[in-house]
Amino acid sequence: MKNNTLLLLGDEAVAQGALDAGISGFYAYPGTPSTEIMEYALNSRQAAEGKVHRMWSANEKTAVEAALGMSYAGKRTMAMMKHVGLNVAADAFVNSALTGANGGLIVTVADDPSMHSSQNEQDSRFFGKFAMIPMLEPSNQQEAYEMCFSAFELSERHETPVLLRLTTRIAHSRAGITRREPLAQHGITLPQDKRQFVLLPAIARKRYKVLLSRQEAFEQEALDSPYNRYFDGDDKRLGIIACGIAYNYVMENYQDSGCPHPQLKLSQYPVPRKLIERLVNECDRILVVEDGMPVVEEMLRGLLDRDLRVLGRISGELPRDGELNPALLRQALGFEAQPGGTVPDGIVPRPPALCAGCSHIDSMNAINEAIREVYGDGHVFSDIGCYTLGALPPYNSINSCVDMGASITMAKGAADAGLYPSAAIIGDSTFTHSGMTALLDAVVENTNMLVCILDNSTTAMTGGQDSHAHGRLVQICEGLGVHPDHIRTLRPTPKTHDEFVEIIKEELAYEGVSVIIPQRECVQTKTRRTKLAKQGAQ
Amino acid sequence: MRLDIILAGVGGQGILSIATVLGYAALESGLQLKQAEVHGMSQRGGEVQSHLRIADRPIYSDLIPAGSADMILSVEPMESLRYLPFLSPEGWLVTNTTPFRNIDNYPELDRVIGEVKKVRHHVAIDADAIAREHNNARGMNMVMVGAASLFLPLELERLKEGIGYIFARKGEDVVERNLATLEAGRSFAEEYRATAL
Ligand SMILES: Cc1ncc(C[n+]2csc(CCOP(=O)(O)OP(=O)(O)O)c2C)c(N)n1
Ligand code: SF4
Repeated sequence: MKNNTLLLLGDEAVAQGALDAGISGFYAYPGTPSTEIMEYALNSRQAAEGKVHRMWSANEKTAVEAALGMSYAGKRTMAMMKHVGLNVAADAFVNSALTGANGGLIVTVADDPSMHSSQNEQDSRFFGKFAMIPMLEPSNQQEAYEMCFSAFELSERHETPVLLRLTTRIAHSRAGITRREPLAQHGITLPQDKRQFVLLPAIARKRYKVLLSRQEAFEQEALDSPYNRYFDGDDKRLGIIACGIAYNYVMENYQDSGCPHPQLKLSQYPVPRKLIERLVNECDRILVVEDGMPVVEEMLRGLLDRDLRVLGRISGELPRDGELNPALLRQALGFEAQPGGTVPDGIVPRPPALCAGCSHIDSMNAINEAIREVYGDGHVFSDIGCYTLGALPPYNSINSCVDMGASITMAKGAADAGLYPSAAIIGDSTFTHSGMTALLDAVVENTNMLVCILDNSTTAMTGGQDSHAHGRLVQICEGLGVHPDHIRTLRPTPKTHDEFVEIIKEELAYEGVSVIIPQRECVQTKTRRTKLAKQGAQ
Repeated sequence: MRLDIILAGVGGQGILSIATVLGYAALESGLQLKQAEVHGMSQRGGEVQSHLRIADRPIYSDLIPAGSADMILSVEPMESLRYLPFLSPEGWLVTNTTPFRNIDNYPELDRVIGEVKKVRHHVAIDADAIAREHNNARGMNMVMVGAASLFLPLELERLKEGIGYIFARKGEDVVERNLATLEAGRSFAEEYRATAL
C-alpha cells in the first residue's frame, strides 16, 4: 500500500515491532487475544529469512523459561500469552525479575476486560508491580510497534525483563503502522556474572537487593518516557489520569474541542509519582481511567481511602467491571448520552456452538449415555477448549471448567472424596499444557477414575494451532504409568456411538486409572488443510 | 471527514472481506483508519461485528461511540438490528435480507424486515439473490459493498481497486465477476433510494 504503511492488528504490530527490533526468538502458548502475535511471526518472511525462532510452546511457563534462556545467551526474545497464561508462567516470570535479563526480554501479556473469551478479567499490571519490573501499555497500535524497540532497550539498559501489556481491543484492532529501519539481531554473549541466574538463597538475597535498588531507576525511566505525557489544561476542577488505551476513550469525547482539563497519559510503569503529584496538586478532583482493574486508582486511594477527590471505578463514576468504551467515558465526564436506536424485541443471541460434525459431539453423547443417564448429573469434570460448550444445551454434559488441566486433578480430588464415578474430559492440547502432571498424580495412587482425552489433533478453540500432543498421546500415557490395557482409543462418530458407550462402561468397571482417547480431527482444521492441499496441487 | 461503520454478520459469513475492501479504498485515498474486529469464541456461528472508522484526521477510540455510527452494514437481517443503539439518527442501515438461520428461535423473517424498514434511512437488499444472478454465488459481500458505496464518501474507483487487490490472487476472471457484482449492488441501492424516498 501507499506510504509504506502496514495495516496491522495490535498483535501483529507487536510481532512486526519485535522483528524490526532484532528479536531472535518468539515463545508462546495460544490464547485469545494474544494468539495473532505468534501467528504473524510464523507467517513472516522476514522472520524466516532471519531464522528467528518461532514455535508454540507446551504452555506459558515453558515459553517464559525458554525466552529467559535465550536472553541468558544474549539475544532479544519475547514470550507471549493471554492474561491467565501469566498465572501459569508466574513462577518463571516473578523469579526472572531477580535473575534479571541479559539479551532484551519482553513478556507480552494480553488482558481481556469483559471476558470476551476468558474465565476472568485479571489485570496483568498487578503482576508487573508484584514482580517489580518496568511495564509498558500501548494506547494505540503504533505505540505497540514502537514499544518493542523501547522495551528491548529498557530491558538491556537495566538488565531486567519488561512486561508489555495489551488488552483485547488493541490486540484485535487494525490501524496503519509506520515502520522503522530494522535492526540486526544480537550475537551470543553470556552474562558477565555466571552466577546471576543461580537463585540459591545466598545469591537470591543479593539479587533481590539489586532489584530493589533498581526501582528508582525504573521510575525515572517512566518519568522521562515519551509514552507518559502531561497535558496542561485550564479547567482544573478535574484532572484526568488515562492509562493505556483508556486515553483514547477520554480523547474521543474531546476530539474537536481539545481536552480542557489537565491530563496525564500513562503508558509506562512504575507509576511516575512526580507527574501524579503535579496533577493532584493542581486539580480539585482526579478521574482515573483504566481498562481493566482499578490498579492506579487503588494506589491513589490508599488503604484508608480518606481522600474523596479520587474518582473512577471504585467510586462508581465508571463501572467496577468490564471493558471501557467512549460512551462510558462520556457519562463519567458529565456529557449527555448520544441518542441512538434501541434493539427491537425478539432479537435473540446466537451463542457459539460446536460445529456440525465435530467429534466432541460424539464424545458428549457417549458420556451422557454412559454416565449421566446411569448415575445422574454431577460426575464429569471438564477443562478449557471447544468441548467446554458441552456445558450448554443440548448436551449439559460437564460440571466444571476452571483452569487448564484442572479437569483431571479435580476428578481425582472428588474420587479421593469417594465420588463414583469420577470422570475428566480434557482436550489434547490442554492435556500436554498441564494435564500430564495431573494424570501422574492419579497414576501414583491408582485413583479410581476415568480420563477422556479428546484428541482432535489441534488446539481448536484458539483457531487451530498445532498441538504438541499430536501422535504422542498413547505413549505419553504409557510413559506416565497408565496400564496399557486401560488406555483405549477409538474414532468417535455417530456410527461408533455404541462401541464408545461400551468402552466407557468397561473402564468405569475397572478400579483404577483409565484413559479413553477418542481421536478424530477437528472439522475446521481438516477443511482448511484439504483446501490448502488443493491449492498446492494446482 | 469522519466515517464510522458497524459491519455485522454471523461468524463465517466473511464480513472482514468487506472491511478489507473499504479499508483499502480509505488508505489509498490517504485517509486514516481503525478497525476493531472480533476474534475467538464468537467466530464459530456466533454474532460478529467489526467497527470500521475512517477519517482525515487522527482517530482515537477503536470503538465507535453509541449513537454515532454513520452506517450499519450487515450481511444478515437480524444482525443488522442488534447494533441499532450504535446508529446515529441520521445514519443508514444497509442490510442483506437473506437470513442466516443457525438457531432454533430465529424470529419470523417478516417481522425482522419490518423492523429494518422502520429505520428512517435504510436499504434492504437480497444480496444473495443478486450475487447468484451474477453467477457469483459467493459474491454476496461485494453486493453489500456496492449497495453501501452509494452512501459512503469513498470514490467508487478506489473501491474497485480494493476488489482488484483482494481477489487478484484468484485471477482476472474472479476480479471481473466481483466488480460486476459490486455494480449490481450499487444499482439496486440507487433504485431503492429512488422508490423508497
Ligand atoms: C492458561 C491458559 N492458556 C491458554 C488459554 C486459552 N485456551 C483456551 S482453550 C485452549 C486450547 C484448547 O485446545 P484443546 O484442549 O486441544 O481443545 P480443543 O479446543 O481443540 O477442543 C486454549 C489455548 C487458557 N484459557 N488458559
Ligand atoms: S472448531 Fe473443531 S473442535 Fe471446535 S467445535 Fe468446530 S469442529 Fe469441533
